[in-house]
Amino acid sequence: MSSVARMTISPRDAERYEEKDFGFWLYLMSDAVIFACLFATYLVMVGNTAGGPTPKDVFELDRAAAETALLLLSSTTFGVAAVALSAGDRGKVLLWLAVTFLLGAGFIFLEIGEFTGMIAQGAGPDRSGFLSAFFTLVGTHGFHVSVGLVWIVVMFAQVFFKGLTAPVASRFMRLGLFWHFLDIIWVVIFSVVYLPGVL
Amino acid sequence: MFGRLTIDSLPFYSAVAASGAAVTVLGGLAVAGAITYFGAWRMVMTQWVSSVDHKKIGIMYIMLALVMLLRGFVDAAMMRSQQAIAYNSEGYLPPDHFDQIFSSHGTIMIFFMAMPFLSGLANLIVPQQIGSRDVAFPFMNSVSLWLTTAGAGLMLISLVVGKFSTAGWTAYPPYSGVEYTPGVGVDYWLWMVFIAGFGTTMTGINFLVTIIKNRAPGMTMFRLPLFTWTILITSVLIIFAFPALTVACAMLILDRNFGFHFFTNAMGGNMMNYINLFWLWGHPEVYILILPAFGVFSEVVSTFSQKRLFGYISLVLATCAIGLLSFTVWLHHFFTMGSSAKVNSFFGTMTTIISVPTGVKVFDWLLTMYRGRIIFKPPMLFTIGFLVTFVIGGLSGVLLALPPIDYLMHNTTFLVAHFHNMIIPGVLFGYLAGYMYWFPKAFGFKLNEKWGTRAFWCWIVGFYVAFMPLYVLGMLGMPRRMEHYDIAAWQPHLIVAGIGAFIILLGMICLAVQLVVSIRERNQALDLSGDPWNGRSLEWATSSPAAPYNFAVLPKVESRDAWWDMKQRGVAYERPAEYEDIVMPKNTYAGLVIGVAGGVFGFAAIWWMWWLALLSLAVIAAAIIYRASDDDDEFVMTASEVKAIEDERFAQLAKAPKNEMADEPGFAGEPAPEPAE
Repeated sequence: MSSVARMTISPRDAERYEEKDFGFWLYLMSDAVIFACLFATYLVMVGNTAGGPTPKDVFELDRAAAETALLLLSSTTFGVAAVALSAGDRGKVLLWLAVTFLLGAGFIFLEIGEFTGMIAQGAGPDRSGFLSAFFTLVGTHGFHVSVGLVWIVVMFAQVFFKGLTAPVASRFMRLGLFWHFLDIIWVVIFSVVYLPGVL
Repeated sequence: MFGRLTIDSLPFYSAVAASGAAVTVLGGLAVAGAITYFGAWRMVMTQWVSSVDHKKIGIMYIMLALVMLLRGFVDAAMMRSQQAIAYNSEGYLPPDHFDQIFSSHGTIMIFFMAMPFLSGLANLIVPQQIGSRDVAFPFMNSVSLWLTTAGAGLMLISLVVGKFSTAGWTAYPPYSGVEYTPGVGVDYWLWMVFIAGFGTTMTGINFLVTIIKNRAPGMTMFRLPLFTWTILITSVLIIFAFPALTVACAMLILDRNFGFHFFTNAMGGNMMNYINLFWLWGHPEVYILILPAFGVFSEVVSTFSQKRLFGYISLVLATCAIGLLSFTVWLHHFFTMGSSAKVNSFFGTMTTIISVPTGVKVFDWLLTMYRGRIIFKPPMLFTIGFLVTFVIGGLSGVLLALPPIDYLMHNTTFLVAHFHNMIIPGVLFGYLAGYMYWFPKAFGFKLNEKWGTRAFWCWIVGFYVAFMPLYVLGMLGMPRRMEHYDIAAWQPHLIVAGIGAFIILLGMICLAVQLVVSIRERNQALDLSGDPWNGRSLEWATSSPAAPYNFAVLPKVESRDAWWDMKQRGVAYERPAEYEDIVMPKNTYAGLVIGVAGGVFGFAAIWWMWWLALLSLAVIAAAIIYRASDDDDEFVMTASEVKAIEDERFAQLAKAPKNEMADEPGFAGEPAPEPAE
């Protein structure tokens, strides 16, 4: 919130933004419970392959590593955008938001490729309990990233048309929480789903 | 174009179903007709459905809850009458229809009666109790209301278009899977729960932030009124429990509609996982419903005993302990499903332990009454009725908490008797007490006491007559959800239970008559003081109904029972020297749009009209983006406007008669004299 605090805003507005941040943290916690339930389900079902493909057969470590690199990098570039926001440099905020979007879109592109490839091999979500759990867990994360991409576009438009006003900056900070949260979830997916699957 | 929706989906296949549909459609038309007749459309649209005022949202929630209470009760009465006559006979309900009725009864009562009632009371009262002008997120509050209403709307539509689920209110797979239950019934259940669940989660976030961040100066956590404390813990439970329900529903939707294998018999599915996820939500849900009722009882018992609440700290700690323990008992809902003895004994022990804080509360309420000057108004009657009845339900619960006994009682009417014995006194009586207690705060006049008392006696007597026989039947081995039976020994008990349902029907009628009579005679029961019961917490410091901003000047809290303390110190009704501008949220239709689009989305997804589903999702996204880009969502109520409202309030106060309940020594309930200009 330091960046917002530096702008001239009334104490009442500062309080409102703090409430919104707190509320957004609570939302993230409840979203984390959703992922916890999905992770638990995956771990329960990972062995239920029903004679179909096993994790070893379908996971490609290269692709997962590339996805990881793109997503972690996008978190970094979002951080650069946040620094630019603190400095009040609108042009740089727009630039780094755009870069973040491209990296996130690259992640989604790779993931869609992974999913369609698996479905083409006959390893779709309707093949076994394991694959249902896999597609739902990873797909839910991918859905969140896609929502984040739409949000980045909206954010870009707001920064472009409204400038770095206090409400815009406050929303920007919550987008940041959301984006970094997805990163953390991905790290867990990588360590719980992909690594044990291929090792 | 219309997916799997065909003309055969209309309920012309049976007279009972068709008349249910007709009542629903005619009810909707009657409401629309009444609004047209009174020329009230403009008012409804501009002042109610677009409102972000927590008090109006609260009232709308409670109206929804009362309508759904009626609908859920009709289902119950149909089941009881069927079972009373169905010894060696088919009765009047075919099995498929009977199954739909017990499924919709449970679904309605939990999701669309109790949940909106709880959200309604919280909305109406919590901001006023903590000395706040509003909830933290007024717009999100409106979205929550309309998503809940969308779910309830789908529930009503299911009566007219298509059939409802026959899988009970819990929708256990594999029966609820597409293999055994094709058709739209389970999809109705899934989508309405899914959509309403989002609304509830947002309500939880909203109230947690409100209570943590928006308290008046001096309102420390240990000065919070008990009702607010229970809403706080309830909000925490909602935030952490509802995601499990969302996940369970989403997985079953994927199974049914997209060929996934989470809960199927073959292909690596694991139906026990559904039951774990469902009760991971479902058991905290029991406390989500019951804790606010405990809050109401705490407020009512101290107000009507004219005493400070006994053991405030222990009540708060018990509330927190129940909140924590509620996440450690879910497996007791399926002791018989083959877990090991160790697992069962852990959950059996936890289940028994959870009765300890509840017992603490019961003693606190009893000791609050001890040596109090009890006034037997209807809310207090419901509270005492609860205390007596709830303890019986608790005892049968401790029995069921023992896994070996649960093996005997599992899925019998003993269980049905037990949970109705918890939920009717523990939840419904609490909400009805809250409804009667806070009605004057919402509307500015009191509910008729005579009819309220009659409603209470019909409800409590009806409860015992309707449910005690079910304990006996359970011990005789009658499984629940039976459509007809051939054991003669059961029938007398079922006839008695049917009579009980009829007595409860009289209670429902009394509630309706109470409302009508009270509205008609409102001028004799006006609440000019804003404090009709000689209350103790801050909601009684505002006018009835409260001004849009609740408090012209935020109160300074110096002790527990803040309003009582102000009256004692003679600083209640003090007139501030001047007023200041107040920033208020603007009304908006965005919440209604999101709710309606959410309902349309659900309907489209149930009937596989995927183009319509995508369209409504796009509308929701557009509404959210529009709203997220709108920085102009507040307006300023100027100091002079505030002064005009407050002047009127003080003029009204001067006319208020001395409080009939103000015989406590040192009562300072009379309005302060006008300050010198």
